[in-house]
Formats: sequence, C-alpha cells, structure tokens
Amino acid sequence: MSIKTKFAGDKFKVRVEKKVKDSFMRGAVASATDTINGRKNQLTAEMGNWEDWRNHGEEIRKHVLENLDYYLHQFSENVAKNGGHVYFAANAEEANKYIREVVQKKNAKKIIKAKSMVTEEIGMNDSLEEIGCEVVESDLGEFILQLDDKEPPSHIVVPTLHKNKEQMRAVFERKLNYEGSSQPEELALCARKVLREKFLAADVGVIGCNFAIAETGSTTLVTNEGNADLVADLPKTLIVCMGMERIVPTFEEMDVLVGLLTRSAVGQKLTSYVTNLTGPRREGDVDGPEEFHVVIVDNGRSNILGTEFQPVLQCIRCAACINICPVYRHIGGHAYGSIYPGPIGIVLTPLLDGYEGNKELPYASTLCAACTEVCPVKIPLHQLIRRHREIIVEKEGKAPFSEKMMMKAFGLGTSNASLYNMASRMAHSVVKPLTKGDKITKGVGPLKEWTDYKDMPKPNKERFRDWFKKHKGGNN
Amino acid sequence: MKVSLFGTCLVDVLKADIGKATVELLEHLGCEVDYPEGQICCGQPTYNSGYLNETIPAMKRMIDVFADSKYVVGPSGSCVYMLHEYPHIFKDDPVYGPKAKALAEKSYELTQFIVEVMGIEDVGATFNGKVTYHPSCHMTRLLGVKNPPLTLLKNVKGLEFTELPQKEYCCGFGGTFSVKMGRISEKIVDEKVEHVKETGAEYLTGADYSCLMNISGRMERLGVPVKVLHIAQILNSR
Ligand code: SF4
Repeated sequence: MSIKTKFAGDKFKVRVEKKVKDSFMRGAVASATDTINGRKNQLTAEMGNWEDWRNHGEEIRKHVLENLDYYLHQFSENVAKNGGHVYFAANAEEANKYIREVVQKKNAKKIIKAKSMVTEEIGMNDSLEEIGCEVVESDLGEFILQLDDKEPPSHIVVPTLHKNKEQMRAVFERKLNYEGSSQPEELALCARKVLREKFLAADVGVIGCNFAIAETGSTTLVTNEGNADLVADLPKTLIVCMGMERIVPTFEEMDVLVGLLTRSAVGQKLTSYVTNLTGPRREGDVDGPEEFHVVIVDNGRSNILGTEFQPVLQCIRCAACINICPVYRHIGGHAYGSIYPGPIGIVLTPLLDGYEGNKELPYASTLCAACTEVCPVKIPLHQLIRRHREIIVEKEGKAPFSEKMMMKAFGLGTSNASLYNMASRMAHSVVKPLTKGDKITKGVGPLKEWTDYKDMPKPNKERFRDWFKKHKGGNN
Repeated sequence: MKVSLFGTCLVDVLKADIGKATVELLEHLGCEVDYPEGQICCGQPTYNSGYLNETIPAMKRMIDVFADSKYVVGPSGSCVYMLHEYPHIFKDDPVYGPKAKALAEKSYELTQFIVEVMGIEDVGATFNGKVTYHPSCHMTRLLGVKNPPLTLLKNVKGLEFTELPQKEYCCGFGGTFSVKMGRISEKIVDEKVEHVKETGAEYLTGADYSCLMNISGRMERLGVPVKVLHIAQILNSR
C-alpha cells in the first residue's frame, strides 16, 4: 500500500456510486461516528474551557513547526544518547530500504506491528513481504483488515470503521475457522490467541508514534489494547516509525496534546495505554528491545513547511474532522482512495501524493466547516480545501473546460450589470420548456445533476428588484 | 434606521417573495430600506469553486455599491458571511482592502441585525403552525450567528417550535457541490429530510434560502408534504 489505496484505480464518481449503495457500510459509519461524537461532545462540554485547550494545542503545534529543525535535532541527539539509532528518510523508498536493512542484518523473518499510519503511507508491509518476511498487525482493527485480504483502512483511528460486528465475525470465520459470537470481547479473545504466538515468535517489532519528545528522545503511542507494549518489549529489535512533524518539545506539551487527542479521537479522557519508549533496554531493565531504531519520515512533508498549507502539519491524527464530515458519513473512507480520508485526507493527500489522481478530492466537501470547528489544533481545513480548488483551477489547469467556461460566464454575469439584467430577466422564459407547474424537474447542463435528485424552483416572473422599484413608487 | 438591503442573487431571480418579506418586515420594524440597484451577487459560487480571478470584479462591485450604506442587511447567513470574507481576500489591496473591511463591519444577517443591532426580540408576528429550524453551516460556524433566529422564532405568537435532530449537520447543498457531487448531496439531504420528518413539523424554516432550496427540492421530489418558508416569511406573518 502507499498513500493511494487499491481503490484509487476507479474514477472518484465510480467509487462514490459503489459506496453510497453500501448500506451496511453507511450504517456502520453513522453509528460509530455518532457514538464517538456523542462521547466527545459530552467530555468537552464538561471541561468548560475546551476552546482554551484548543488554543493551547494550536500554539504548541505552531511553535514546533516554526522550530522543527531545532527540535528534530534535539530529538535525534537524545535518541542517540539513549543508545538508539535515528534515520531520516527523505521518502518512502529510503524509509523502506533502511527498515529492510535493519531486518536483514538481524536475519529476521517475523515482524510484529502496532498501529502506525506512516508505515501504511510508505507501504512498509509490502516492502518487507517482498524480502520474505511475515508482517503481522497486532492492532485489532488492523489485524482484521489484514486477515480480510489486506483491505485498506477506511479511517485513521478506527481502521475498520466501515465494518459492523457481523462482518468482522464473518472474516474470523472465513480465515480462522472461528465459531463464536460477534461480541467484540469474544472476537478480541480469538485474535489474542492468534497474536500471542506471533508476539512470542517475532524478531522485530515496528511501532508508530503519536508524539516524539525532543527533550528526552522518547516516543509516545496511545492505544486501547496494550498491544503496543508487547510489540515494544518482546522482540529484540524495535523500529519506531514517525512522520517528521510528530515532535513536541517536552513531556508537558505531550501531556496537553494527548489530552486533546484522546478526547477528540475516541471521546476518552485518556486511552487505556499510553506507551512511552525511551531507547533500548538499559542494564538492569527487565524488558525492552536490545536495539532501538527511529525512522523519521519526510515523504513530502518538508515541502509543505513554509507554504500556506503548513497548518496541515499541526495535525495530531485524531480523526475528529473525519467523524464529523457529512461527506465521509455517506461515502466512507475507501471512496477517497487514500489512506488519509475525510477533510484531513482531502488536504493532505494532494500535498503528499500530488494532484494527479487526487484532483477530485477537494471537491468532495460541502465546505460546511464542521471539520474546522472540531479540529483540536485549529487547522482551517475548509479554507485549505478551498485553496486546493484554486490551485487546481489556476495553476494546475486541471478543471474541466465546460466548468471553466461556466465559471467565466458566471463571473461576467455577476460583475456586469447589463449582462446580469439580460440573463436574469430572460431566466423565466428560458427555462420554461423544462418546467412542470412551478418547478423545474428535468434540467440540462449543470442543472441536470441537481434535477436528477431534486426539484428546482422556477425563476420569478418578476425579479425581486423590479418589485422593489414598484414598491418604492419607481423612485429608488 | 436606514438599511441597505443586500437581497442576494438567488432571491432576486428565484424567490422574490423572500425579498418582499424581508423589506416588509424591516419597514414594519421602522427601518427605511433601500436596495442599491447595482448589486448582483457576493461571488460565492465562483469563489468557493476555486475561481478567484473570476470573482474579483463581482466582489469589487459589491464593495462599491454599498460604499455609502450605513447598514447592509441580507436574508442569508452564507452570503453575508461572504462579505465578511472580503477583507481577507483583499488584505493586500491598498484600495479595496480598507473598503472591504468597512463593508464587513457594517454587514449583518437579517435576524442578527434585528436582535443585535435593533435590540428587538419580538417582531410582533403571529404564525400558527409547528415549525422546525435548520441552522445553516456558514451562518452558525463562520458568521457565528446561532441564537438570534431562535430568539425571534420563539417569540412568534401561535408558533410551536420543535428542534431538528442532528441539526448542526450540513444539508448537503455546498454551492456548486450540489451540482458537481449530486449523488453525495442527495444522500446527505436525505438524512436531513428524515430528521425533518421525525420532528412532525408542518413547516421547515431557516435563514439561508440556498439550503432551504436544497432541502425543499429534495422533499418535493420525494413527496414529503412539509412546507418550507424562509424565516423572514414567518417573521413577516401577522
Ligand atoms: S486535521 Fe485536526 S481534526 Fe482532523 S485529524 Fe488532524 S488534528 Fe484531528
């Protein structure tokens, strides 16, 4: 996998058409996001000063981005001091090459993973499988998707958000001969049995990173399953993968951001586990890896720094914007064709992966700004989505010709009084052939996509402005 | 009080009744209303579609047209918000930057103007019926106007107010989204229509005609018998 998923091959509209017909998926997404949003709203309301926390979160993230060089340097020095190795990967290839080398040096065949979106982004599993490794996902959601013929995640926090319990059970039955119920606890128990063997047999662990603490060279991952601890502690070699923007200055800022993250992501004050890792096992430690690597992945991020899109790097991957998005709600994550779906995905995907093949994404938004309102680090998501549209139109020249003509005409009609007067006076009679009673039911051109689903009112016989003139006795 | 009406292009061409109700309501409340003739459109459809260059002349026109107005009032939260976006768009323009700022500072959505500027919470309307209200996204989230419409509605005699479930969800209009992504728009508005039906309301109202046109267009297509009125039409019922 890379940023683009296997679904990206189809045209966006084809993907959408498939997904809006998938009532299981839409039901699962609506019910899961309603639950998370409900819990989140209750928690943040109880706090009473959620806005202050958001401001604080934004400040921290902005400060880090403005001083990223400094903090990355400090972080890597401290990882080295702790006895770990740091590798800066400019792109996916470099990251995968380094990870392969570490694995090959250890003659490792069995890899166990905890959650990490950046390893999805760089396609690490495929890269390791190519050299004959077995890579096992230990996050329950990722484990299910991997079992299900490597289905891509549809959400950045809950990768199986598109599946209901019965569908998950069916995967277990098909692949593991599972005979139990669809109760999450029972499913988890079954997964645990399979995974226990894998944990014990693994040569190398790979783990993601929510925050990397510059002052101590530590990395933090929040989970609800505790699998991250096992991934970090059992195998002799551990590789932490992180996007280069994951840095925070100290534990103090980490604490603030973890609070924002867990509340926003799952509506919890704190997740069950917060796994902090600081270098390899030291003398006297009872557990921990003997070798500790941190792979810091750029993969397009430094190109965003210093641009008008820099705020997107503030993201702490909480998925709150995804959970509140009306478009995501109805098309699910897979329709985006990117491992980063929803508003954050719309903004991030074209930046990391280019506009080619992603140019329809910025239009998959009503610009309702619910994402911007909910983002715990105050990224102006809807504005950045709109900015993508401008770039697509103006710089990339990728907008359809017919749309360009229409927009030019609209631009003229809304700035030239005689054109506007002519068009608006004529509107009533022009659309007459399309009307039925007082409405338009079968439109042409751009109206068609409206009237395919909705009626449209017939234009006024008398424009409002003409009425107003009369109302004022013709002397206005 | 002298008020310049920003009527919006949709109302001008598609729903003159909303404009009429707005004028009558403001006059009833003692305002002297004018309608600067040169106004056309705030430019939102092209601007939000990424056509900034095509939008600049329309926006400059609006800035010039309302230059002498004391207050600019419009029956659409979204279009009024667009005027508030102008200062950001023209921030580097030495001529239009300051003018845009002046326009934004004197521009109000209709209910916001009545409650916050005129200080009126009861417009003396009577309207018999069960009514639910859709708070449109740009009006609530971007312009920040949440309570004024509710305050005014709750003081209408005879009106039985019922809250719309999941009211803060977008109706699926989204400007050109509704014609570029018609299929998704349909699914989003279908959920809104379900919520409207759940309320048992006879009337759906709101302060943005574009969103109302979207929801009513779908309800008409589906044969849902809920009537749709702009809030100005309800507040102008006596
Ligand atoms: S953009 Fe904001 S809301 Fe969306 S995932 Fe990132 S931090 Fe969370």
